[in-house]
Order: sequence, then C-alpha cells, then structure tokens
Amino acid sequence: MPSSSAPELRELSPGVLGVLVRRGADFAAAEDAVQEALVEAVRARERPADLKAWLVTVAWRKFLDATRADAARRRREDRVDAEPEPGRASDVDDTLQLYFLCAHPSLTPASAVALTLRAVGGLTTTQIAQAYLVPEATMAQRISRAKKTVSAVRFDRNGDVGTVLRTLYLVFNEGYSGDVDLAAEAIRLTRVLAAGIDHPEVAGLLALMLLHHARRTSRIAADGSLVPLAEQDRSRWDTEAIAEGVAILQAALARDRLGEFQAQAAIAALHADARTAAETDWVQIVEWFDELVALTDSPVVKLNRAVAVGEADGPQAGLKALSELDENLPRHTAVAAYLHERTGDLERAATLYTEAARQAPSLAERDHLIRQAARLNSHP
Amino acid sequence: MAKYLLLKHYRGAPTPEGFVPMDQWTPAEITAHITYMQDFAKKLESTGEFVGEQALAPEGRWVRYDGEGRPPVTDGPFAETKDLIAGWMIIDVDSEERAYALAAELSAAPGKGGEPIHEWLEVRPVYGELPASAE
Repeated sequence: MPSSSAPELRELSPGVLGVLVRRGADFAAAEDAVQEALVEAVRARERPADLKAWLVTVAWRKFLDATRADAARRRREDRVDAEPEPGRASDVDDTLQLYFLCAHPSLTPASAVALTLRAVGGLTTTQIAQAYLVPEATMAQRISRAKKTVSAVRFDRNGDVGTVLRTLYLVFNEGYSGDVDLAAEAIRLTRVLAAGIDHPEVAGLLALMLLHHARRTSRIAADGSLVPLAEQDRSRWDTEAIAEGVAILQAALARDRLGEFQAQAAIAALHADARTAAETDWVQIVEWFDELVALTDSPVVKLNRAVAVGEADGPQAGLKALSELDENLPRHTAVAAYLHERTGDLERAATLYTEAARQAPSLAERDHLIRQAARLNSHP
Repeated sequence: MAKYLLLKHYRGAPTPEGFVPMDQWTPAEITAHITYMQDFAKKLESTGEFVGEQALAPEGRWVRYDGEGRPPVTDGPFAETKDLIAGWMIIDVDSEERAYALAAELSAAPGKGGEPIHEWLEVRPVYGELPASAE
C-alpha cells in the first residue's frame, strides 16, 4: 500500500486537531502534536487502513508525551487524565468546532484568518506569510499569539457562524498571491463547512464565492489591468461554477431565511445570468440591493446600490441616490465619475476620475481610474 | 553589494521639461508606461538586484505622541507639503554607478507620445553592515 498523500493528510488534520482539543488538550499543544503525527504519517511507508484513527492515536500520544515531559505542566496532565472522554462525536463535528475556535470573536480578523488557514486549512506558516506578503517570523508570531488566545476558550459548543463566514470571506477576497490560491482555498474550506452545517447563509457564502470565482479569469487583462464587469468576455466565465453557485443559492433562498451573503449571491447570480451586459436585469438587482440595505444598513452597499439605480433608472436617478450618501465614502468619487459620464458630462467625469484615482484604495483601481480619465481626455 | 533606495515623488522633485500629467495621456500610453515599470522590476529580479518595492497612496497624516493616556495627535494632510513620496524601490547592486544607471532606466519610462518622461528620482544609499573584519 502506498504512503499517505499530502492532500489527504491536509483534509484530515482539522478533524484530528478537533478531537484532541475536545479531549481537553489546549489548542497550541494539540496543534504541535498533530503536526508531529502528520510528519510521522508522511514518513511511514504504508498508509494505515483507518488513517484518521491512526492520526488521532499518534497525535494523542505525542500530546501526552509532551505534557509529561514538561514538569511544569504536571497539573494540566492530571486534569487531562482525570477528565472522562466525551462521547464519540462525528468527524464533521470535530472539524466544525475547529472552524468556530479559529474564528473566535476574541481574535482580531487578521489573527482569525491566519489561524483558520493554519489549523483548518493545513497551510504552512511559510505559505500563509507569502500569501499575505509579511515576513515569516511575523506570521509565525501572529499564529502563535492567536493559539494562546483561543487556548482558554471552552470548546463545548458552536459559536457564532457569522464570524466564521466573515473570516472565510476575508480569505477569499485576498485572492491569490504567492503560490497559494487563497480564493480557491476559501472555497474549499467553505464547502467543508457547508457540508457539515445546515445554514442558508453558509450556502449563501459558498454560492457567492463560486459566482465570483467563475469570473476571475476575465476580471484581469493580460497586462494586469482591471476589466469592468460590462466589458468582460463572458464566454470565459466558468459556466460550471456558475451553475453550481446558482443551484446552491436557489436551495438556500427556498428556505426563506434571507441573509447578507444570500442577497449578495443573488446579485452575483443576476450578473452571471446575463449573456451580455445589456441584458442585465438591473431592476431586480436594485431590489436585491434594497434587501441588502435593510439587512446591513452598510454605506458601502448603499454606494453599490446607487450604481445599480443608475443602470435601472438612468444616471440622474443614480446621482440622486448618490447625493444622499457621505462623500467621504471610499469609491464615492469613482461612482460619481461613472454616473456623470453616463449623463454625458464628460468634462466633469474626467476631472472626477482623476480625483478618484488619487483616492483609490488599490494600485489596480488607481491605474484603472486614471485610464478612464485619460480615455475621456483623449477623445473630447 | 550595496543597497540603494530609489524614491519616486508625487511632489517635491524638480519638474522635468515637457511634463504632462498622466490623465492627459492616452490609455494606451498609460498601459505602455505601467508595463515598462513592471518589466523593469521583473528584470531586476532576474538579475538578482531586486529587493522590494511599494507604491504609496498620496493621502497621509502627521501623527505624534501627546502624553500618557491621551490619544495620538494627528495633523494634515497639508495640501502644500513640498515633499510627497509616491513610492520606493530598494535595489542591491555592485556599485553606485549601477544604481544610477538603473534609476536612469526607470526615469526613461515612456510617457506622452511614447517619449521618456525624464522623471527625477531620488537615489539614497542604505547604510551598510559593519564589516566582520572591522575593529
């Protein structure tokens, strides 16, 4: 029989970690023990028949060895030994509890993201550091502090699924830099979560990710510049991912427990449905934005709603919706520029695009906006 | 090898002759400029001379300590600040001449009409390590 494969081990490790923590091991020690067990599994010449059970046994032994070896930890050992083993929970439960622990509200978002990728995703500290463009020592410290923070957390019931979803969405939005595709990793982790938790918002987030991911290759041109939705080559959209996202979303919506991610996914689905930009059902998109505003009252959502209103009811209506919002909102000027261009006021639009470029939160957006200004200025 | 910091300014550098702001270029000229910059960094990676680079947003604030238990004091942004850095690149090269040659190459990036922009870049040596042989 061949030895255990890396992807298989990566898949099993959160469940193994979950078992150890449930048995009373503190998080940091449990993680070390699981890492040692994984190393042993890779070294072993043959794959054990029940790999997960084998990993649990080895990791638990490693944990006890480490605990015993450390005289200062004597008291904890007594506690662990004395504690009756809880009833056998399913594999899925072990993994799920780990999601909640790694996205625990006591962690900052950056720590929750790092810990989730490390403990649930099974990525190496090096990979996570590369993906977030920070030195490896910095990421190692971030993860180690996060482990200490959650070590004190009682691991007996599920926490708030909302914090888990926000953490996964943060990972997704980081996209892909370095050799790790964080968007794909976020989808993988959300799939596992969706398989274990029957919650329409988990499904909503998975659908949203799939629908966005389906457009990824058409979002960036060969020269690295941003391609706006209306100009994307729709033949390059991943129809399989779109079909899956839409199916997951429809099943979630049918349960009539609307939430933020389902509403966002519904908007993404309406874009995905349109064969050309002109066929986009903006009226329905505005309706979904109204739902989103009711759910979140988020200024960013209201800004995006103004764009949709501009498409559904004309640029003047869009500008009116925009005028009700705080001018200091990020991307407010960019939206104003676009809507003014649609009204035909090209001079004003060009000035606003230049100003929006100065305020852009990313280099890609800055370059995109300055190109828009240049486009209008060079064709007066 | 010695490290040099190349600084690009939004404001504060001498204005090159025939300067045209980027929003007055054509989109194709902007693309050519950005591509040139990206290729420049890639080339330095391949020659083993690239250390790092970041572009900076123009908005910023001055911040200082205001005493125990008090929030930091912020000031600005100052529209008239004479020096405004737009970004930096650190290179690791064999000589000062090489650092200047590379800065000049960056300054030759194409602009309006595909002509070199002749932008002034500030080149600053990074302090070196104390040699192990130093007494």
